[in-house]
Amino acid sequence: MSTQQDLICEQIDNIKMAKVYERPDSLLDVRMHYCPGCGHTTTHKILMEIVDELQIKNEVIGVAPVGCSVLAYDYLDIDMQQAAHGRATAVATGIKAVQPDKYVFTYQGDGDLAAIGTAETIHSANRGENFLIVFINNGIYGMTGGQMAPTTPIGEKTATSPYGRDRATMGAPIDITGLLAQLPGTFYATRQSVHDAKAVRKAKKALTKAFQYQKLNKGLCIVEIVSNCPSGWKLTPYESNQWMIEHMMSLYPPGDVKAPSKEDLQS
Amino acid sequence: MSEVKFMKGNEALAEAAIRAGLDAYFGYPITPQSEILEYLAIHVPKRGGVVLQAESEVAAINMIYGAAGAGARVMTTTSSPGFSLMQEGISYIASAQLPCLLANIVRGGPGLGTIQPSQGDYFQAVKGGGHGDYHLIVLTPSTVQEMADFVYLGFDLADKYLTPVMILTDGALGQGMEKVTFPDYDPAKKKVAKPWATTGKSPNRSKNVITSLYLQPEKMEQINEELQAKYTKIRANEVRWEEYLTEDAEVLFTAFGLGSRIARKTIQLAREKGIKAGLFRPKTVWPFPYQRLKELAQQVDVIMDVELNAGQMIEDVRLAVEGAVPVLFHGRMGGMIPTPEEVLEKLEANLQPAQAGISQQEVAL
Repeated sequence: MSTQQDLICEQIDNIKMAKVYERPDSLLDVRMHYCPGCGHTTTHKILMEIVDELQIKNEVIGVAPVGCSVLAYDYLDIDMQQAAHGRATAVATGIKAVQPDKYVFTYQGDGDLAAIGTAETIHSANRGENFLIVFINNGIYGMTGGQMAPTTPIGEKTATSPYGRDRATMGAPIDITGLLAQLPGTFYATRQSVHDAKAVRKAKKALTKAFQYQKLNKGLCIVEIVSNCPSGWKLTPYESNQWMIEHMMSLYPPGDVKAPSKEDLQS
Repeated sequence: MSEVKFMKGNEALAEAAIRAGLDAYFGYPITPQSEILEYLAIHVPKRGGVVLQAESEVAAINMIYGAAGAGARVMTTTSSPGFSLMQEGISYIASAQLPCLLANIVRGGPGLGTIQPSQGDYFQAVKGGGHGDYHLIVLTPSTVQEMADFVYLGFDLADKYLTPVMILTDGALGQGMEKVTFPDYDPAKKKVAKPWATTGKSPNRSKNVITSLYLQPEKMEQINEELQAKYTKIRANEVRWEEYLTEDAEVLFTAFGLGSRIARKTIQLAREKGIKAGLFRPKTVWPFPYQRLKELAQQVDVIMDVELNAGQMIEDVRLAVEGAVPVLFHGRMGGMIPTPEEVLEKLEANLQPAQAGISQQEVAL
């Protein structure tokens, strides 16, 4: 049955197509639980692209504490430890202490890193621990249903700041990346986002550097990803990105907060 | 080659940990156990290994989680308020089934309490402490020698059962000096394979994940059942105790750790007065030696439990005895140590009514 359609199909099969995109090998082909439009999925993808490109899959250990990304180990095909809420950097300190040659990273949200785990975060940086913190800052508690985070902008309405975050009683948004940049143990502190293609490329570049810097043994790297939370913010994915640019990026402007000098990069 | 030394209990524990092949120690200073961190800080780096002073006990126990999960032989030590802070992490470690050694050099409480010795943390050690259905294997040394011996035993049991093991002791045994012999122990020979550890995913195995999170209740129940099956095995195989002059005993003292040393002396004083007394000392308080104590209860007229608390192990003693004989109690709290003389006095005041089946409370009335 030789129809014109079959002929076209045959022709297509014969065309040599260049592969321009594929799922990174280390990102498992499973359904993720993240909401549509959430920055976690993109961040997971570029992290695993980096692991594949640097060919460090057998040398990388990740830590996922409590938050929306607590199940990250279901999606990433690498060795991982799940940590108690806020304790990711303590767990990573333990791993790195006994596996000093491995690439270790934590993947933490703002509630985890900037509220309940502040002490562990600051002291890991102050000790100059040689691991990477990937910090997803969406200014809200996504997993527990949209409560106020330490990073929530002033005036922002959440489940626990129903009249808007009031500076007088609820404090001001905390800039953890800026705080860590003050400490001599922090080697590289940068703020990125993944809301468009250009931002994704820049974030990937920053994360790649942060992985490579671990081999220098010169201190902690933190890559903050200013992100969105369409469900928590009660916005569509598109609206949430617009809101993020307007309200989050003014508070947390993208760019390097502390970058190593040329001399710093000498091993 | 075994070696004899004269040391503090805390130092003996630390030295034994090094000899047992300690890879990493994470801890936070707290009296009366800071010598452990100090001793290890001097000696571990010289022999290869990690000693890290954490920013808190909360951080220390999570460092233990990370390092144990990465396959290392690890230990942390603390004292009562610090052990309370560690409870969340210990629950995670028990659930994730990671081997590690913990020691609580107990001080008087509750609250900030005092730095003097106490056994007030018995309930916390054997009845839970953190959240969820789990147990620790709990070893209770009564000499500086056992402060060292139980370190080797603790590490080996932790590896055997993939469980946190704790040494429950107190400031007197931590600070007191005695002779201690370090046995031949080759950590290399005791090393077990840890194919589950997160060491980087090699191409010839699937990824390793250390977790205690199971959102499906069916799966979580299954994990709980696995834990309980393990505890059943531990109860069957790892119960340890010591008896002293129990053959002809009519009065049986029950006591652990420091309390057992006071009971021993009381027994000597009692026997001088013609009271046939003996001692039953659990070395493991979890698993508790219920069965042997139940047997002994058939033989004696009365049991007297001695503790440095308001009466905690006495609940396990009564569970074992099942009302077969009266169980008297003497305890001091808040860092005070009972003397053998006051224990004997209490015994003598209550012995005849107890033998006649009248309870201690009724005597007091």
